[in-house]
Amino acid sequence: MNLHRFANPARFLRIARVVAPVAGWIAFAALLAGAAFGLVLSPPDYQQSETVRIMYVHVPSAWLALQTYVAMAIAAAVALVWKHPLADLFVKAAAPVGAGFTLLCLVSGSFWGRPTWGAWWVWDARLTSMLVLFFLYVGYIALSGAFDDEERGRRAGTVLVLTGIVDVPIVKFSVEWWNTLHQPASVFRLGGPTIAAEMLWPLGLMVVGFTAFFVWIVCVRLETELLTRKLRARLENSPG
Amino acid sequence: MTERARDFFEMGGYALYVWPAWGLALVILGALALAAHRARQAARQALAESERA
Amino acid sequence: MTRKRRRLYTLLLAMTGLGVATALVLAAFQDELVFFYSPTDIAANKPAPGRAIRLGGMVEAGSVQKLPDGVTLFRVTDGVAGRPGRTVAVTYRGALPDLFREGQGVVAEGRLSGDGNFDARTILAKHDERYMPPEIARSMRQADGEQQHATGTLAK
Repeated sequence: MNLHRFANPARFLRIARVVAPVAGWIAFAALLAGAAFGLVLSPPDYQQSETVRIMYVHVPSAWLALQTYVAMAIAAAVALVWKHPLADLFVKAAAPVGAGFTLLCLVSGSFWGRPTWGAWWVWDARLTSMLVLFFLYVGYIALSGAFDDEERGRRAGTVLVLTGIVDVPIVKFSVEWWNTLHQPASVFRLGGPTIAAEMLWPLGLMVVGFTAFFVWIVCVRLETELLTRKLRARLENSPG
Repeated sequence: MTERARDFFEMGGYALYVWPAWGLALVILGALALAAHRARQAARQALAESERA
Repeated sequence: MTRKRRRLYTLLLAMTGLGVATALVLAAFQDELVFFYSPTDIAANKPAPGRAIRLGGMVEAGSVQKLPDGVTLFRVTDGVAGRPGRTVAVTYRGALPDLFREGQGVVAEGRLSGDGNFDARTILAKHDERYMPPEIARSMRQADGEQQHATGTLAK
């Protein structure tokens, strides 16, 4: 297996320059359509009435927060074992995006919990494990920037990301393993989704939008990082 | 303002919860996108300048 | 063994150890990780009166009584449709969350009094995983003959 075939920065830049604009426009269109459906065209819920519209930002941000972390952990493992040069950069590029998704999930959930549950925050297993995920993202960003030697900072960050992966199944299954205030899963469950089709549509559009946004922004951030390194190498090699 | 528009902004009395949640989504995604775009622009420019020099 | 392979095995070993350790810790703290106790848990464990606990279950249909002085009385049950469970009577003074409804989930924070009554300080509404427009809910209720509709697949 020769992973380094895909690690060639020039090859990556060529691919990214095609993928990024496509993903960017898909994200823009899907988020716009998702907002139209989610805020205007979809019906209110039989129990929660209009507060159900918070679901359309809360659920996609929660999923993407988890998926970003899984992707980062896989990249961290690849970086550690195969020393793949782009894997390290991917972890670094994705971390602030994942932190943003997690923050959005926590705060939108708070705005949803207040009118429905009657509390901004409770320390149940789901909410607490999601807060831990946020601290893992913030911890990685702080740790990877805390060393003068960039390489050592990234190495320490990689270990943190890999250790933190245990939180992901805890977030996912907390609503099944323990009783929580948070309700169980509605979409990925045995017996099919328990969301009416009119509400599943806007949710699907928002998930596509968030995912395409992630692809776009990671391409942009990776390109930035590669160009910066190229520039640095050039300045170091040139005399004066 | 028409009645329909008012209903839309009032969100059945939950405007204080629905709008901040969506607003924050716009702010977070917008800020991430803008920062990434600007950083790439700066990196491309710096590289182009170093090539000219 | 190449260095790559050695690094891979070390990583797999470390991750397995981490997973086992996490599972053990979570199993050990099982009791602290639950957010609330059901009426059956309370009947089995008999928490000391006056200790702050959370009681969770369904608001029993037909049990809510609103007294004129802002006090709400209701019963929390863990029985499901057709299978009666244990119930605990709750007294609460204050504003109720919007989703507090008969037949819906609820979590009450408070203390048991000596007579087995639960004095709630805070009421949290718990909602389930079903989302649907009001019209569908109405037609489902009609189809079920005004009974609690069964959990089922809506989409597809």
